[in-house]
Amino acid sequence: MTWGVSHLSVRYGDVAALTDVSLEVVAGEVVALVGGDGAGKTTLLRSMTRTVGAHAGEVNAPGVAQIGFMPTQAGVWRELTVDENISFVAAAQGVAGADLTQRRAELLEATGLTEATDRLAGALSGGMRQKLAFSLAMLHRPPLLLLDEPSTGVDPVSRVELWRMIAKAAADGAAIAMATTYLDEADRASQVVVLDSGEVLLAGTPAEVLEAIPGHVRVSASRGDAARSWRRGHQYREWVAEDPPAGVARAADLEDAVVAAALAKEAALTTEAARG
Amino acid sequence: MADALLSAESVTRRFGDFVAVDSVSLEVRAGEIVGLLGANGAGKTTLIRMILGLLPVSEGTVSLFGAPPSRATRARLGYVSQGLGLWNDLTVEENLAFVGSAYGGVPISVPDALAGLSSRLVGGIGLGRQRQVAFAAALGHSPELLVLDEPTSGVDPLSRARLWDAIHEAADSGAGVLVTTHYMQEAQQCDRLVLMSQGREVASGGEADIVGDTRTIAVRTDHWAVAFEALDAAGVMTMLAGTHVRAVDATEAQVRAALGDIPAQLESASATLEEAMVARERIA
Repeated sequence: MTWGVSHLSVRYGDVAALTDVSLEVVAGEVVALVGGDGAGKTTLLRSMTRTVGAHAGEVNAPGVAQIGFMPTQAGVWRELTVDENISFVAAAQGVAGADLTQRRAELLEATGLTEATDRLAGALSGGMRQKLAFSLAMLHRPPLLLLDEPSTGVDPVSRVELWRMIAKAAADGAAIAMATTYLDEADRASQVVVLDSGEVLLAGTPAEVLEAIPGHVRVSASRGDAARSWRRGHQYREWVAEDPPAGVARAADLEDAVVAAALAKEAALTTEAARG
Repeated sequence: MADALLSAESVTRRFGDFVAVDSVSLEVRAGEIVGLLGANGAGKTTLIRMILGLLPVSEGTVSLFGAPPSRATRARLGYVSQGLGLWNDLTVEENLAFVGSAYGGVPISVPDALAGLSSRLVGGIGLGRQRQVAFAAALGHSPELLVLDEPTSGVDPLSRARLWDAIHEAADSGAGVLVTTHYMQEAQQCDRLVLMSQGREVASGGEADIVGDTRTIAVRTDHWAVAFEALDAAGVMTMLAGTHVRAVDATEAQVRAALGDIPAQLESASATLEEAMVARERIA
């Protein structure tokens, strides 16, 4: 089963939050939505739950009962205990009886919270809380999981455990769309969609995204054109509009590719403005 | 070698019976970017609070510019906290003017990238831009030492590259930088790394020193989901990487045994920084 949006535009008053965005979320796969604050990641996820209306384009998603949604930094009730959180969501989603007993045990084990069922969710560490939030989102085994920055503020150890849970849900057949600001994380997904100011900057498998940028990224020991170069450790990177020499990749990794594509977009906008 | 701008010697901090930081030593010299890594609860923030003089040490000594932390040393360092320390109901310009006057009347101009936002309230400009304001505020008085606690969380890749340009520029002009991060691409921007776990320093040096001899086996198969489930069930630490699965800190025999008759190509390589860090934590 494949869900997603096609040529979707969303406006908030006069502000274009999304412009002509297409996305496919395939069962058994994780698609990463990458972008900074304000890029449109949350709006895109919210449009799939139909809490945000489309101005143009189409949304293809199941009803909300078939969607698991994990909001950013707010997926648990802090004043409730771990157990109460599970019971509350189970009641809301109509999970009960033997199914709930089994599901509760599975999720507590996966999150490592079996011994902490009486603790207030607000007293858990950030990583634990995000794992609990993910568990709540998938309690009713929804075929579509929408995760809004599940790993922001989560340390590497908890992040690996969170990723293990996400990968397991995909292995069990869920279609997963996950927003993140970090590109090393996007590298773990099978598809990547990079958003910038509500538009798709790059999309494809991680390998395709590297080859989709205009021009290429040059690595050198000294700074080139100041507006188009940036530091990575002791080396400089510079985006140049020309194609790379034969046999040379356009970009070494997603981080370089996305910075280059953002600079290329900036350069195109500047040229456009100069032409009037 | 330059004298240390910051030197922590065998610093310990206890809260009751709990040892949050256990005899950690750390130095930051002029022009050097030092990355402080570790899981939540490893003691990074407690260590930083002692370095800033916000929290007394239980044992050991902290020295900033050759003296104990004080108001005078605070004036010579720039600090960006996780919470950013900005006033949401002041404008961008007012925030920078306020910080400038706190440092004794240093004029701090609004960075070019934020020029159009000078009169906007900081609470309404989005997290990425707030970080740029916090950076401008911390750098405005040309500090000799920068302390940055997860400086780029929530920022888009181009803005992140720009923030790191500013960090490298400060280091190139002689400032020392101490930075905490959860992200390995940021750790790779540093000259030197210190890894903390449960209050102790467990490794330090370059990326290779942190990774040590931890290996990862890339498992390539047409059935990643089946391979993932099999490895996970066998208790192997597994990471998903696009269309293949990575088995961290496991032997080829363990991986073969877990996979059974699932056809797969195995390829052993040095672990990534993140994988090595998590593997160390699992052992601890």
